Amino acid sequence: MAALSIRALSKRYANLEVLKDIALDIESGEFTVLVGPSGCGKSTLLNIVAGLDRPSAGTIEIGGRVVNDVPPKDRDIAMVFQSYALYPSMTVRQNITFGMECRHVPRAEQDAAVANVAKLLQIETLLGRKPSQLSGGQRQRVAMGRALVRDPLLFLFDEPLSNLDAKLRVEMRMEIKRLHQRIGATIVYVTHDQIEAMTMATRIAVMHQGCVQQFADPDTVYRYPANLFVARFMGSPPMNTLPARLESENDGLVVVIGAGRPDEIRLRLRGYDGAASFVGRDVVFGIRPECIAEGSRAFSNDAPVLVDAPVDMVEPTGAETMVSLRLGGEPAMARISPDIRPVPGASASFALDTRRICLFDPKTERLIV
Amino acid sequence: MSNAAAIRPGRPALPEWVRRLPEYLMIWVPLLLSAAHLVSFSLWTIWISFTPSTLVPVSGWVGLRNYTAVLASRNWQIAFDNLLLFGSAFVVLSAATGLVLAILLDQRIRGENVLRSIFLYPLAVSFVVTGTVWSWLLNPGLGIQKLVHDLGWTSFKFDWLIDRDMAIWTIVIAAIWQSSGFAMALFLAGLRSVDADIIKAAQIDGAGPVRIYRRIILPSLWPITITVVVIQLQFAISTFDLVRALTNGGPGIATQLPALVVYDLMFQRSLLGRGAAAAVLMLLILLAVLVPYAAWRYVQRRRALHA
Repeated sequence: MAALSIRALSKRYANLEVLKDIALDIESGEFTVLVGPSGCGKSTLLNIVAGLDRPSAGTIEIGGRVVNDVPPKDRDIAMVFQSYALYPSMTVRQNITFGMECRHVPRAEQDAAVANVAKLLQIETLLGRKPSQLSGGQRQRVAMGRALVRDPLLFLFDEPLSNLDAKLRVEMRMEIKRLHQRIGATIVYVTHDQIEAMTMATRIAVMHQGCVQQFADPDTVYRYPANLFVARFMGSPPMNTLPARLESENDGLVVVIGAGRPDEIRLRLRGYDGAASFVGRDVVFGIRPECIAEGSRAFSNDAPVLVDAPVDMVEPTGAETMVSLRLGGEPAMARISPDIRPVPGASASFALDTRRICLFDPKTERLIV
Repeated sequence: MSNAAAIRPGRPALPEWVRRLPEYLMIWVPLLLSAAHLVSFSLWTIWISFTPSTLVPVSGWVGLRNYTAVLASRNWQIAFDNLLLFGSAFVVLSAATGLVLAILLDQRIRGENVLRSIFLYPLAVSFVVTGTVWSWLLNPGLGIQKLVHDLGWTSFKFDWLIDRDMAIWTIVIAAIWQSSGFAMALFLAGLRSVDADIIKAAQIDGAGPVRIYRRIILPSLWPITITVVVIQLQFAISTFDLVRALTNGGPGIATQLPALVVYDLMFQRSLLGRGAAAAVLMLLILLAVLVPYAAWRYVQRRRALHA
């Protein structure tokens, strides 16, 4: 059953169209992450799903019921906000029970629900405190408790980890994911952080300029980005995208980077027959940094594809060494073993994983293959 | 700054106290002058209140005789009762009016800026003007009663200004008109500082507007409420010009207030000692409001520092 269906939804403020013809179907139990740069419309979309904002056109179904005209409280949703939005004058317990109080849930039932959620989130000792007496991580837990206690059809998270420091964010990220696995809730989660999207989502909707660019599971989004925007947004550092030309040679396809230059790079492609119609035309060559490694790395059992490339800069991070280099004169990033440190300014040999190349149409910016 | 002066070659750095002279002059001279006035004249008044001074100050010691005389006088008793009634009614009603205006203005209505200015405008008017205008409006032969009579409702009666029991309420009305805009401005600032996400969360939780105000917004306003109450109480206790212009303490002495008693004793009956005693009593009433407030502020600040 689709927990949430969004059809042909658009939102316009005066002349500004912030959401254009959005269509999403989210299955029950899915952890969907809406990710995109700020201003892409993801928070507006979440507010519309919550009923805090109205769409200009289109329908929203929650649990098979059209909710366009249903007020937020009757949509069977719960929401966690970036600012936590705890009620400052109430204790943690009152914050959690406020919704039940509004729905006239009997007292005994409220107490049982609070005890349950407090145990799940390990906030039993905080129940008597006011939000001002809590740390950021504790407030985050209380905000989640307030949502969990409702046991809704749909959880909405609006950048819930953005106000936490880096270490706590990683912890809470795992905790939310664990929570999802334990209670099997349907979650729509908004973030601008592509790592949160990759680590937590069962499906990612990448948004840009009011449109869903791609809606797929994290591996697909990462491996086959639908267009150049997705390729450059997902991944840290993002996919290298270099202008190139596709040629045909001995019945095979060859992609040429920096054609005509003395350091031009020619790579034979296998299994990219879908791009045959682009032979003799310009393409955008996309390759993830981890697909460019030190020359001694073997990506497969085939003969390695090696190129010599000048090194611009070396950034050791401990776990790996990031290298900025030039392929056919175009800048690119490589992710190589931590113990290898090429010399900036000199040339070094790099192995390429040519099985995981993406080719994009430079005009439409869409993935060709 | 001292580093900059030190590394600049060829010019000797000015001594610290010379460079900071403007700051000292700006802060300490006005502070000392005003403190000297306030403290010395307060002490002077307290001393006078223990002397048998009448038309001019004289030395001598009469103990608490001036105080017992003032406290026993009917004038003071009425003034004190009036102050209790006027003070509480005015503070509660002006805060309530201000809060209601602020909540109504907070509904994102059109013309908010214009309305806000209109509600705040009475604050810019002197109390004497307020008192005079309201004395005309409330005068049965000139103001509202006459207007309604002229419209044809001849049995309408609104003569509180000349009614011994109700006259004090005319002062309450005029004072509310004057200062509820001030309460509104403070409350509106408080309402606007409530995080919009909190309201959204409450909507999703299923709270209606009344419950949102009662359980979430209004509880967050209570520090502002205390500030409003204390400021209005100070005003209520020292009210003089408004009553002087509106009723001049009348009819009879029905709307007498402590400040009028002081004025009456000192400058009309030439009983400086008793007038000073009444003034000191007013100071004590004021301190009864301000000392708890200062203590509360101190505790709040301590708590904020340790949170």
